[in-house]
Amino acid sequence: MRRVRRTGRATALLAGALAISLVAACGSSSSGPQSVTLVAYDSFPKSGTPLNDALARFTKNTGIAVNIVTAGDTGTMVQKAVLTSGNPEGDVMWGVDNTLLTAATDGKIYASDPIDVDFGDVCVNYDIKWFKDHGINPPQTLDDLVGPSYKNLLVVENPTSSSPGLAFLLATIAKYGDGTNGTATGSTTTTGTGSTTNNGTSKNGINSWQDYWKSLRANGVEVVDSWDIAYTEKFSGAAGSKGDKPLVVSYGSSPPAEVVFANPPIDTAPTGVAAQTCFRQIEYAGILRGSKHLGAARKLMDFLVSSDFQKELPLNLFVYPADKTVKLPDVFIKWAVVPDTPFFVAPDDIKKHRQQWQEQWTQIVLR
Amino acid sequence: MDADRAALTRLPRWVVPALVAVPALGLLVFYVWPVATLLRRVLHLSIVGHTLRAPGVGAVLWFTTWQAVLSTVLTLVLGFVPAYLLARYRFTGRRALLALVTVPFMLPTVVVGAAFLALLPDGWHGTATAVVAAHVFFNVAVMVRLVGTMWAVLPVDLTGAARTLGASPAQVLRHVVLPLLRPALLAAASVVFLFTFTSFGVVRLLGGTAHATIEVEIARRALSLGDVGGAAVLSVLQLLILGAVVWWSARWQRRAATHFSGGTTVRRARHATQRRWLTAGALATAVMMAAPIVLLVARSLQVGGHWSLEGWRTLGGRTTNRPGTNLGVDPMASLLASLRFALVAMVISVVVGALAASGIAVARRRGRWLDAGLMLPLGTSAVTLGLGILITFDRTPFDWRARWWIIPLGHALIAIPFVVRSTLPVLRAIHPDQRAAAIMLGASPLRAWWEVELRRLARPLAAGAGFAAAISLGEFGATTFLTRSGRETLPIAIDRLIGRAGALPRTQAFALATILLVVTAAIVVAADLPGRTDADR
Amino acid sequence: MLTVEGVTVRFGDRVVLHEAGLEAARGEIVALLGPSGAGKSTLLRVIAGLLVPDTGRVTVDGHDVTRTPPHRRRVGLLFQDEQLFPHLDVAANVGFGLRMQRRPSAETRRRVAELLEQVGLAGFERRRVANLSGGEAKRVALARALAADPAVLLLDEPLTGLDRELHDRLMVDLAALLRAAGTTAVLVTHDHDEAATIAHRTLTLPVWQADGS
Repeated sequence: MRRVRRTGRATALLAGALAISLVAACGSSSSGPQSVTLVAYDSFPKSGTPLNDALARFTKNTGIAVNIVTAGDTGTMVQKAVLTSGNPEGDVMWGVDNTLLTAATDGKIYASDPIDVDFGDVCVNYDIKWFKDHGINPPQTLDDLVGPSYKNLLVVENPTSSSPGLAFLLATIAKYGDGTNGTATGSTTTTGTGSTTNNGTSKNGINSWQDYWKSLRANGVEVVDSWDIAYTEKFSGAAGSKGDKPLVVSYGSSPPAEVVFANPPIDTAPTGVAAQTCFRQIEYAGILRGSKHLGAARKLMDFLVSSDFQKELPLNLFVYPADKTVKLPDVFIKWAVVPDTPFFVAPDDIKKHRQQWQEQWTQIVLR
Repeated sequence: MDADRAALTRLPRWVVPALVAVPALGLLVFYVWPVATLLRRVLHLSIVGHTLRAPGVGAVLWFTTWQAVLSTVLTLVLGFVPAYLLARYRFTGRRALLALVTVPFMLPTVVVGAAFLALLPDGWHGTATAVVAAHVFFNVAVMVRLVGTMWAVLPVDLTGAARTLGASPAQVLRHVVLPLLRPALLAAASVVFLFTFTSFGVVRLLGGTAHATIEVEIARRALSLGDVGGAAVLSVLQLLILGAVVWWSARWQRRAATHFSGGTTVRRARHATQRRWLTAGALATAVMMAAPIVLLVARSLQVGGHWSLEGWRTLGGRTTNRPGTNLGVDPMASLLASLRFALVAMVISVVVGALAASGIAVARRRGRWLDAGLMLPLGTSAVTLGLGILITFDRTPFDWRARWWIIPLGHALIAIPFVVRSTLPVLRAIHPDQRAAAIMLGASPLRAWWEVELRRLARPLAAGAGFAAAISLGEFGATTFLTRSGRETLPIAIDRLIGRAGALPRTQAFALATILLVVTAAIVVAADLPGRTDADR
Repeated sequence: MLTVEGVTVRFGDRVVLHEAGLEAARGEIVALLGPSGAGKSTLLRVIAGLLVPDTGRVTVDGHDVTRTPPHRRRVGLLFQDEQLFPHLDVAANVGFGLRMQRRPSAETRRRVAELLEQVGLAGFERRRVANLSGGEAKRVALARALAADPAVLLLDEPLTGLDRELHDRLMVDLAALLRAAGTTAVLVTHDHDEAATIAHRTLTLPVWQADGS
């Protein structure tokens, strides 16, 4: 009968669809010949740069294909790793930095201790041309940023989701101290240009980082979720950006990046760095706990710290390689700014107070 | 008849257990267990205290409540005219207008959010106004369906009698119509309040950093801050609030219930003035509902202010302005991932839904437990579901939270009630003698059941499958918690891209949202919008 | 062919049937007359096996079928509201019983065509059930019941509710068909005319009170 045939065909179609979908879904998670998955933040290039060429060389030499998966900004990446610890999204994770390292290790995401792979400084960058055109001197210190001449000019990243954002917040904590936790935690007052904690030497009535951010907010600071958005879309000094903010929280190595990517080529960096606003950031890579390709992961780790890979870091990720034997490119040496005494906060303090600081910041700046 | 008396025609004893086993087990494992885990986490009072006293939580609660109230009130007010028009009048294009009003309700929240981002000028992004406006757009359909269907059966004589007693149209409305419509109005208000209270996608896209509902805050705490305990506290708090609202509104509705006899009293506009008002109202409704959608599509064809297909053309690629950097999501890959997940979710929903509906129909009284149980995931917010699954299945041997199939399974949890709702009435409407007739023609009870009841499920199951696919494609709340990098779904991709200020990524987000819009709308319209009234013919 | 003895059915306190019984010889058509509430339909359902009586025995063609499930009794039932299967076309409806008996499809098709011809609906195979008129539906239901070749055919008020003209026409046709097929049948009706025209013999079922009178 017609009805029987139609039902039969429908069932067959359904069964076929199920079979295909199962195969397709399974197929996407298994790998053919040896492969390893590298989990990194969004700004890690997936293709098209010498960094990727280096990884291709790795594949050629070892026969292990490298699959790059980006997991958002560093904060999101770490949190996702914590929530999936033991069942990671990849085999090796690149890019957890010292501000988030304790969150990562507390969350037991690593199979073995992570290794530091690079470092850099998070600093406020400024658009030279903009400030020249407007006849204002670019800011040099954190105190400057709350001044009226820099109203509505600064864009920062949300410290809850972005690691440069968190680094900048920590810089302000290092400089101005914590209004709620007092001076008991002495290490928050460590090395930093400018005054130390809330012991009365306050400029503009700012006695704590909470006060500072209240002033920043009053001074029209704009907050976005990630460095990508802040730098490539909001910052007026970035090539190809249509943004209108001449001040952004970025890296001490961003100016050389502008020189490298300039098209048509230029020979002076269009952006500068306010050296007294910097926070030292160290990035780590590590094998993720629960990885199913430990052998391949170890080989990749070895490669990541080898000079073959490390030498590509300055011009592609714009960080300083941990491998001190690597010769830095000239453009890097010429235009990157390395502060003498960047701000620093002890990992233990970060571990104890990070969540609380992030929450307070959200309250003060966003709500 | 006593159960005994049908002894010779009864289905074998194993049928009901066989049918309900899988749905019941699935419900227990993937719903009850995660919710129980959430509750257990919250038993530590210290977490509760800490979270509730944390800065900003009070503001979040307050915002969630007042925007839900405002959205509800505005929906009731603005949905009034469309409900009236569509309920009481017959006119050309009525079916189209009805579809136009209903489709937004079935759209994914990210699409609605994206549409409003396209509609509203930049200054309005991140404002409460945008959120409330999007909510109203979404929920007008509720007014039209719930209030409209009741209005359609309001006996015209009642209003006529009031008029002969000297009441002006406004007085008729106030003293006769509105009181009679009260149960439907209450029902609509409760539904809209519940939906807007638990709003996630819309608020996440339109609320910016300053405005967050409880759902958005739960996601922020669990996924960004790393405060899963706090997220659990908020989830449970929300469950309690929702439970209270549901219970209270059910009581209120029961007390206000009235019944009307007689069929629908739909008529054509009688004279020119009526026709003019009717046209004006219909046009206004059409514009209100179509504008966001039209603008979404339009903005997907614009890059940085001028018309361009670049947003669509570059969907397959990944790069932005600088070489080497990427968007973080691969638009084409997310489309494929969404389709794959939708297929699997559809299959799971149809199979489990068919089993459940059949079991519930055969089990009669006892079946109501499974029926009610399967509806629970609908009443629980998707975010809570996602969070629950995330914190429950994290240890061997139940280490499932990172498996690919947990996402379509989560989608199925939400879709199965829809499959049951579309198949159960069909099953229940089958006359008991149909089975008897088949038996008298030589079919065993089991065979008769298959021939006469299950074979008639083909059409409602097809509709249910469509709903399941649409729900899976658009699901955002639960997926946010379970998504794995490299396998993001369309809604997640849209969410990530939409936050960008750059022209190209934004346009790509609008293009993806348009794809999602078209696919969902097509499925929904094809799967027979439920609730056709007599006046449609 | 059919023997029913001592059938008692009690619903709670209400006695619907008390020691009811009947007999029908091979090829005989027996009409059951009686007012509503006399339990005629109930008795039919007991004979069909759809209802289990408190006491009583049903024998078909010499076999005691009291404990046999209805689908194995070789008893057919023509429902008052036809109960055609709406998701199947006319041919599938009529051929349903043959399909349950696993007859080869060629034979089924032939028999279906034959029966449709007999009830005056030749060529109706592909018609949809929803598009049939009242009279056509009754004929299809009859064809369906006959096609399964039952030992006994039960007819539950088959012509009730039809308008006069259709009723009379179908009454004559039904009588002719049943006699031509030689089916043993029990017809439940409250119409004396019907009983007289169609049946060979008429029985009356009294209404029983709770006290057994």
